[in-house]
Amino acid sequence: MSPTRRAPRKNYLTEDFTLRSWFFTTDHKRIALLYFASITMFFFIGGAAAAVIRYVLIHPDGAPVSAEIYNRLFTMHGIVMVWFFLVPAIPTTFGNFLLPMMIGARDVAFPKLNLLSWYLFIIGGGFVLYALFVGGLDTGWTFYAPYSSAYSSGHLITAVTGIFIAGFSSILTGLNFIITIHRLRAPGMGWYNLPLFCWSLYSTSVILIIATPVLAMTLLLLAAERLVHVGIFDPTLGGDPLLFQHLFWFYSHPAVYIMILPGMGVVSEIIPCFSRKEIFGYKFIAWASVSIAVVGFLVWGHHMFVSGMSMYAGLMFSFLSFAVAVPSAIKVFNWTATLHKGSITFDAPMLYALGFIGLFTLGGLTGLFLATLPVDVHVTQTYFIVAHFHYIMVGGMVTAFFAALHFWWPKITGRMYPEMWARFAAVLIFCGFNLTFFPQFILGYEGMPRRYHVYAEQYQMLNVFSSGGAGVLAVAYVLPLLYLGWSLIWGRRAGPNPWQATGLEWQTPSPPPKDNFTRPPKVPKKPYAYVTPGAEHG
Amino acid sequence: MFNLLPQAGSLAHEVDNLFIGELIIAGLMLGLVFALLLVYCIKYRSGSGASRANQEEKSWVIEIGWTTATLVAFIALFFWGADLYARLYEAPPNTLDIFVVGKQWMWKVQHPDGQAEIDALHVPVDRDIRVIMASQDVIHSFYIPAFRIKRDVVPGRYESLWFHPTEIGTYALECAEFCGTDHARMTGDVVVMSQPDYEHWLAAQGPGDSLAASGEKLFRSLGCGGCHGQGSNVHAPDLAGLYGKNVALADGGFARADNDFIRDAILLPQKHVPAGYLPAMPSFAGQVDESQILALIAYIKSLDAPRGKTP
Amino acid sequence: MAEPRVVTKELAGPYADLHHQKQTANLGVWAFLSTEVLFFSALLTAYSVYRFLYPQGFAEAGRHTEVLLGSINTGVLLTSSLFMALAVHAIETGARRLMMLFLLITALLGLAFLGIKGIEYSKEIGEGLLPGAFFTYSGPYAHTVEIFFFIYFLATGIHALHLSIGIGALFFLIWRTRRGSFTAEYHAAVEGVGLYWHFVDAVWVFIYPLIYLVGRNT
Repeated sequence: MSPTRRAPRKNYLTEDFTLRSWFFTTDHKRIALLYFASITMFFFIGGAAAAVIRYVLIHPDGAPVSAEIYNRLFTMHGIVMVWFFLVPAIPTTFGNFLLPMMIGARDVAFPKLNLLSWYLFIIGGGFVLYALFVGGLDTGWTFYAPYSSAYSSGHLITAVTGIFIAGFSSILTGLNFIITIHRLRAPGMGWYNLPLFCWSLYSTSVILIIATPVLAMTLLLLAAERLVHVGIFDPTLGGDPLLFQHLFWFYSHPAVYIMILPGMGVVSEIIPCFSRKEIFGYKFIAWASVSIAVVGFLVWGHHMFVSGMSMYAGLMFSFLSFAVAVPSAIKVFNWTATLHKGSITFDAPMLYALGFIGLFTLGGLTGLFLATLPVDVHVTQTYFIVAHFHYIMVGGMVTAFFAALHFWWPKITGRMYPEMWARFAAVLIFCGFNLTFFPQFILGYEGMPRRYHVYAEQYQMLNVFSSGGAGVLAVAYVLPLLYLGWSLIWGRRAGPNPWQATGLEWQTPSPPPKDNFTRPPKVPKKPYAYVTPGAEHG
Repeated sequence: MFNLLPQAGSLAHEVDNLFIGELIIAGLMLGLVFALLLVYCIKYRSGSGASRANQEEKSWVIEIGWTTATLVAFIALFFWGADLYARLYEAPPNTLDIFVVGKQWMWKVQHPDGQAEIDALHVPVDRDIRVIMASQDVIHSFYIPAFRIKRDVVPGRYESLWFHPTEIGTYALECAEFCGTDHARMTGDVVVMSQPDYEHWLAAQGPGDSLAASGEKLFRSLGCGGCHGQGSNVHAPDLAGLYGKNVALADGGFARADNDFIRDAILLPQKHVPAGYLPAMPSFAGQVDESQILALIAYIKSLDAPRGKTP
Repeated sequence: MAEPRVVTKELAGPYADLHHQKQTANLGVWAFLSTEVLFFSALLTAYSVYRFLYPQGFAEAGRHTEVLLGSINTGVLLTSSLFMALAVHAIETGARRLMMLFLLITALLGLAFLGIKGIEYSKEIGEGLLPGAFFTYSGPYAHTVEIFFFIYFLATGIHALHLSIGIGALFFLIWRTRRGSFTAEYHAAVEGVGLYWHFVDAVWVFIYPLIYLVGRNT
């Protein structure tokens, strides 16, 4: 147990207390906190929509909410969660905060652009929240034409404008990270010396800058079509609704890798630390991230297997979808192998990281079912799909987010959180999550379609289980808010390296000074140079 | 859990077997990972007496090993699925064709002899049945869980799926692509009957025109014969024997005169102008709905090639 | 190089020195241009799909474009790129005033492009080719022509927007030059704007044949 320390006299938080110093900051650490506050807000807005949805689904007749309202609820849930929580979450918070420190730099390559990113995010979010408050829209977050372009009443253009603007935020963040990693590494910090979190951020950033512009143009075309009605996507005027789907999924499939890769990077940092062991297969994990980014651009058609594509196109996308699962499997095996002959402790970050491996593996394996054409024909657009992506996004990415939150909390705030509460919350989240989403696999295979606010009687029991789990999950997600908030004031002060972790960010005080390092950090010869107690060499 | 969802189509049990097979393989992989995680977390927890000596350094063999194993398992699953999919995708010859128009928020079903129903589909057991579908408005999706089949119904083109019911009974029909306010209520019943019962049901629907006969009436009332008829002065393609033929197009290409081609000719005539003709045909968009187009196609299909003329 | 040096006045961020800053900025511009490539590619994909589906309609629509004005504009833009390249060359040898002159010519040529584009637009709108409520073109291929001109206005409009931003950047550079910001040793911003300008030119090189030359061989 480390003795109580006093916070360093001046750190990035205490540097200046004015509002101006926060809203005009170019310090990547402060920008990270600005983002953190924003995405937390969006998470709870999206979560509130989910709570109502799960409440409504307790009854097969969909009382007490009308179909119109239900449809708007799941649409806003999707839009807010996808673009205003999942896509930005880890990169803009932990990525922004840690990337420069991990490579031994003072800041990101373009600090002012970083601040612009945040403002674009907020402005985009503003448009979307405005659309929500004046009535929302009901197209689903996927905006399929011609329903969205010609039939839906709702604030499509406003919402789509918000997403368009937030897309620029993504692009600038990705651009910043790529250049930062290329140009700002400290001497001695070669590519194979980088923490795997950086490799995953790099891969994520490549997807961000290549895929997001396609979404931008797709949304622009959709908005223009809604305004002008030329028939770009309207079949009665000669347009092709499937063109919209191809363009949309060309972005949206790589987008799911934007969401999960940083989470995998976090797990790669935590597992070695709490096993006191060098990560197994560093290069394989690094290149697996890159492979996921590349192959992820080739599989978008698996969202459209039943849309009328030719059998051969279906077969190609199916094969590639199996292929893209291999690098993820490689990562899971490597993480597991890291535990072998380690010396494992079960602090909250480790509990979350282990939870990630379990839930992501399960969710990822259900992806195999979806890559298999005949099975996908049966379960696509059912609750099987809903369960699949929630296992990966919530069971995977949100769990990784909490892992990162607890791991780097001492570094960011200078405080330790109460460990017992954190472990309790981790276990509660794990249980609530499985109770919520596992029944949905069964519901899907039994034939319950998604986006249904009324359903056949026989599906009620599993829906009740799912909603019960959602209740537990809701409580479990509020707990960290409470004890982390508590720790800000009463938490034990943390030293520079409470976890005895490798990585340059741990060579500086907690919280760090404005320029990250008080003295030049020592770049180690290789990353994850943990020494397991009891190992004879290493 | 599979007892809840009937296996009422010929390929349903194969889909279920594939699912179970994948469940086993995925279960094994998951089980392996979980077991290792559990064992390692217990055996190598901090302070345990297990030996940490000789930690593996070289990882190449292991990496290639599990990568290859994974790849082999996945490729095997791909081929299993691909084989079943090829049989699921292509309809066998000589199907009983039934026509479906999806519109917000109902399914309109038309049997070839003119019987019509809404939100219900009566079919005979043990026949190969093909459903030819069109959408009146937005994208819908025709889903019969008991048969394990689904196909999007995309406006602007025809989609089809086929099935072979094996069990008499009533099964759910659901719309599986969000299509607006009452998407969740766009459900219906698929009623599988014995062949005699099916024939009784058809006869009991009351007198009415077959699809082709109503198509012929439309052909006249819309004035199609004015250009395409025998005594016309207008240089317009002869429709007799047209259905299914390869048509030379004005831009030098070829197209097959299938359902989509004829539908495009009626609604978007400039899309496939036949060689040797001017793009003079007017569009009938807004004057005919999807059901009527299906009737017109049925009529045109029924026109035999005139004797003596090369088709 | 990770030592927190005293930040001199010229360094605009966490760079070790000016050379480092220039390298970083340069890479940043290239990364940004790659996003623009994807942005325009999505639109040209939509164009390609509809051209494949409706070749005759697109050919007819293409014949209604102002090929003379479009070709003149191509010449104007290519020439402007020449002057942009000359401007960068000038500052590499320290010839600041010459660079300013070349930048000005580039900007004027850019403005000429926009002017000619404006004349084109007004002609096309006058002929009733603006998609939407004021579209009056009729004939069997009317729908396809409307789709073509929708893509045309969108593509050339977004291109013109990018060009305008480029022109603004050029005037900004001219203003900065008068304040003495650029030297032979350091002129990263000029190179960056140059890269951007050449990219906008390259986009036009793709748009031009797809819009103006389709249907012209008949």
